[in-house]
Amino acid sequence: MKQIVIISGKGGTGKTVIAGAFAALARDKVMADCDVDAADLHLLLDPEIKELHVFRSGVTAFTHKERCEDCGVCKTVCRFEAVREDFTIDPISCEGCGFCSFACPQKAIEMKANTSGKWFISETRFGPLVHAKLDIAEENSGKLVSLVRQKAKEIAEEKNYRWVIIDGSPGIGCPVIASITGVDCAVIVTEPTLSGLHDAERVIDVTKYFNVPAKVIINKYDLNCDMTEKIEHWFKDKNTQILGKIVFDKAVVESVVEGKTIIEYSDNQVTKTLRNIWELLQEELEKEQINLKE
Amino acid sequence: MIISVASGKGGTGKTTVAVNLALSLNNVQLLDCDVEEPNCHIFIKPIFKNKNTVFIPIPQVDQTKCDGCGYCQEVCAYNAIAVINKEVLIFPELCHGCGSCAYFCPHDAIKEENEEIGVVEIGRKGEIQFIHGKLNIGKMTAPPIIRAVKKYINKKKTVIIDVPPGTSCPVITAIKDTDFVILVTEPTPFGLNDLSLAVEVVRKLGIPFGVIINRSDLGNKKIDEYCTSEHIPILMRIPFSKKIAEIYSRGDSIVEVLPEYREKFQRLFTKIKQGKN
Repeated sequence: MKQIVIISGKGGTGKTVIAGAFAALARDKVMADCDVDAADLHLLLDPEIKELHVFRSGVTAFTHKERCEDCGVCKTVCRFEAVREDFTIDPISCEGCGFCSFACPQKAIEMKANTSGKWFISETRFGPLVHAKLDIAEENSGKLVSLVRQKAKEIAEEKNYRWVIIDGSPGIGCPVIASITGVDCAVIVTEPTLSGLHDAERVIDVTKYFNVPAKVIINKYDLNCDMTEKIEHWFKDKNTQILGKIVFDKAVVESVVEGKTIIEYSDNQVTKTLRNIWELLQEELEKEQINLKE
Repeated sequence: MIISVASGKGGTGKTTVAVNLALSLNNVQLLDCDVEEPNCHIFIKPIFKNKNTVFIPIPQVDQTKCDGCGYCQEVCAYNAIAVINKEVLIFPELCHGCGSCAYFCPHDAIKEENEEIGVVEIGRKGEIQFIHGKLNIGKMTAPPIIRAVKKYINKKKTVIIDVPPGTSCPVITAIKDTDFVILVTEPTPFGLNDLSLAVEVVRKLGIPFGVIINRSDLGNKKIDEYCTSEHIPILMRIPFSKKIAEIYSRGDSIVEVLPEYREKFQRLFTKIKQGKN
């Protein structure tokens, strides 16, 4: 079983559209949506939820004002600006460290358990999907990402499936790191813009830092062919394989509006390129496996 | 007045709106708080004058003073400290830098040492004072860098903040204590789904907000319907244009190439000011 994650650094380059396409093309796979604070893959896969679980993580301080003597120790020790002037707690700023609660001489601050989100195991027309919804303004998205990945992997192992396909989140911080560590391949989706290149450079460095093999797709490449050429050179210099280049086509937006993957929606150039990309990616990953065996 | 530009979904045009709004106004500060993937500097091309390192305090144990009592492990909420056979192990990547272990150690055996997690750079381009933060590769926690960038806010200026995508802690840290939030979206089901999540965040924080629809002629009409039923003002529409996509791709700003947009962004600012009052 191999795990593939789709990331980009910059948002809006086409991660979810490509993850949806892989869902339609790959056989024997489990899908995992690890963009837990703005998950969208379910909009293409139309999941039927089979299991719903609550994700609990961390604690938040709460001041019992009837016991509080306004000494202000809590405000002095808190480094997250979470204690208000009246020594009640701003739950959004509180990081749940518990320092105030331990330090309070009156024992007036209680640490209450959070409900930080929900996660689901669903069935879709392309097979199982593990996805999640982080509650609004909650933290610990990294932990929820790890949980979603773990469940997807367990399902794949149990069913003896070949692939876990992970839709990642933008950025390079905690949820991205949680979604890439230990995968077999990170597919980086970029676009021919200076921002796209700048962000891909940073995300490539993150994959190197965590020793994750990376390959690249240039999406909407014909929006600026000079920039595409620049990006191709840049990745070649970095010895990073480019899996393919996808043209800009309004049909992609239409397919999303219809709630379909582009593979189902049209047999256009985008679909053909994605078929080739998936074939190539499969071959490359299988080749690597043979090399390892030798 | 502090205006933050957010979206939920990535790639909807936050940076484009933040940069072009900043370029259309006088006496302005532009803060790029997308410290994982900062991009505003590509379009602003500022000259940086100062650079400050951002640290978080990580505990260090003085073995000569430590008797392995394990109290530090007990007070740590993040499992960043494990005491095994009376030896203290610290996991810096889990540490939030709250400082309670050092404060409570009965033997005064824990000191905090600064670990670098990123930088803040301060510069200028013409009228604009520009500040951005950059998270170091391999580091997890963006919020301390965002807080460091926001320390430079000058309330005498119009302050524009470019916010990272998503709805979790970095977004909250960037939006908190701003006067108005612009939510940039696109008329697709992805755009709508992520907009509705972003709206929940902004409502929870109690900040007034409005929506800009980018690439407004692609996709469907669901964003309009959503905004009408939720009584959310639509502040501006930017139609899809290959010209704008091309200007963006080479790192130029719209208002410099298409000056008619300058007036549109100025009108946007007037609308926000009126809406606020």
